[in-house]
Amino acid sequence: MTTVTSTTAGPAVPADHRPGFHHLLLSEWTKIRSVRSTVWSLILLVVIDLGFTALFVGIMVSQWDKASPADHANAVADPTNAILGSGFFLSQLTVCVLGVMVMASEYSTGMIRASLLAVPRRLPMLVAKATVFGLLILVLGTVVSFASFFIGAPMLHSKVAVSLGDPGVLRAVIGGGLYLAVLGLFAMALGGIIRHTAAGITAVIGFVLVLEPLVQLLPGSFGKHVHAYLPSEAGHLIAQAHQAKDDLLTPWQGFGVFCVWTAVLLVIAAIVLKRRDA
Amino acid sequence: MIEAKNLTKRYGDKLAVQDLSFTVEPGKVTGFLGPNGAGKSTTMRLLLGLDRPDGGDATIDGRHYRDLPRPLSVVGALLEARAVHTGRSAYNHLLCLAQTQGIGAERVQEVIDLVGLREVARKRAGGFSLGMGQRLGIAAALLGDPSVLILDEPVNGLDPEGILWIRNLMKYLAGEGRTVFVSSHLMNEMAVTAEHLIVIGRGRLIADCSTEEFIERSAEQQVVVRSPDVERLATVLGEEGGKTTLDGDGVLLVSNLEAPRIGELAAAGGFVLHELTPRRGSLEEAFMELTRDSVEYGTASTPNAEGDPR
Repeated sequence: MTTVTSTTAGPAVPADHRPGFHHLLLSEWTKIRSVRSTVWSLILLVVIDLGFTALFVGIMVSQWDKASPADHANAVADPTNAILGSGFFLSQLTVCVLGVMVMASEYSTGMIRASLLAVPRRLPMLVAKATVFGLLILVLGTVVSFASFFIGAPMLHSKVAVSLGDPGVLRAVIGGGLYLAVLGLFAMALGGIIRHTAAGITAVIGFVLVLEPLVQLLPGSFGKHVHAYLPSEAGHLIAQAHQAKDDLLTPWQGFGVFCVWTAVLLVIAAIVLKRRDA
Repeated sequence: MIEAKNLTKRYGDKLAVQDLSFTVEPGKVTGFLGPNGAGKSTTMRLLLGLDRPDGGDATIDGRHYRDLPRPLSVVGALLEARAVHTGRSAYNHLLCLAQTQGIGAERVQEVIDLVGLREVARKRAGGFSLGMGQRLGIAAALLGDPSVLILDEPVNGLDPEGILWIRNLMKYLAGEGRTVFVSSHLMNEMAVTAEHLIVIGRGRLIADCSTEEFIERSAEQQVVVRSPDVERLATVLGEEGGKTTLDGDGVLLVSNLEAPRIGELAAAGGFVLHELTPRRGSLEEAFMELTRDSVEYGTASTPNAEGDPR
């Protein structure tokens, strides 16, 4: 029974020193990598993104002669957006689901109680989780974005030539990664506020896919403005090489709007985490 | 040392814990007893900073739980509800908790061996039986080698061997000078494990004393009296304030009177006694006795509590 007491030197640092933030980052990294569903979602993100890039760009090229002049104009005006958009139109949903799960599964499984016993001030846990998850999606999202571009650009080459060196293109490709990373944090914040996986996923998908067509029904300039400031509508502008004629916001402005949405939700999630009983 | 001062917690209009004060001393196992819904788990959650009290204060070694820089090295807790991600292996669950405190992976392996989960450490915790889940929870509690242990129903779901193991573990930890605070609804389990008892009912303190004192003080002490003339003896004892029950075949159960007093009264009345045996109550009886009162009291006070505008 002597093994109850630590036979190692005990905690590496005395109990009166708060553990450094890097310990929390390490812990959150362990949490993310040790759940199978996370790993599967990330694989799905890569497969869906690259698969749909190839599929949609392929269809666009093979149906080129049957497409309307307007479609041609869109593809010629911003081929980068056409390539990247084909990829993350559906793959972004895996990031939404994963973002909600990373936070809400702590509540649905009861893990949150163990997490908060270890980090009773609570907020450092949320910050560490957001940092680790945001960076993970940023890295993976950027890699996927580049891969998507390098798959799509050669396929489209016979119709429209586009290269990384063209104005705005490099920023747009990196922007694809930025968009997915902020989308992940957006979903994570909603997961933390709603605390329920299914409801959280429904809410995020509502924001990303359902709100957009609904808002388009709003009349006139009012509707146009509301539409432009929707989180995912504003956010994905960063993955366009140029500001389109009818876009109210520039790519960076749009991304800024998306960041503000996400920051507000993260602050609400933080307040809720701090205030509510776990 | 654990200190609760005037703790109060309400959920909606339900008062879960009401003005509860107690101290848990190091060096012994302190049992936390109460019927279901008495507020044991709520009290523990308040001690651990998971829930915020509506009134009063809870401290561990003089500090609020949330102010402990490395909480797992001071307090180890096992909660009644599961606190494990079902998709994560036991090893990774303990590892991610250890990492928050800067505790190394060797210690994770140590506690896994200690609770006997070595064989299943790499399996998903979602597939664990109730007993294995309890062992994993205890491993998490011991991770930081804490001086205070707060265990909510630790024997739940354990087999007899597991119960004996946790019983010995708690006594051993207390013997090392640690504070061990353990809740249970199994009164007889507490009788053999706990030296000290804190008993609550309806969120209020009923008793805070040694286990022995608790049984003596609260169990109805009965005396078994056997006599050829029990009916008349019952009348005599009744006049002296004794409560008597005929138990058939010349046996009388007497409470509210001590055995020597019954002997004196019998001698004075010229009764023949065949038996005069004091019977000590069990912890179970003491507990039922006390909580019956608290339930009666609680029911009467409920409308008041709900009408309280605070």
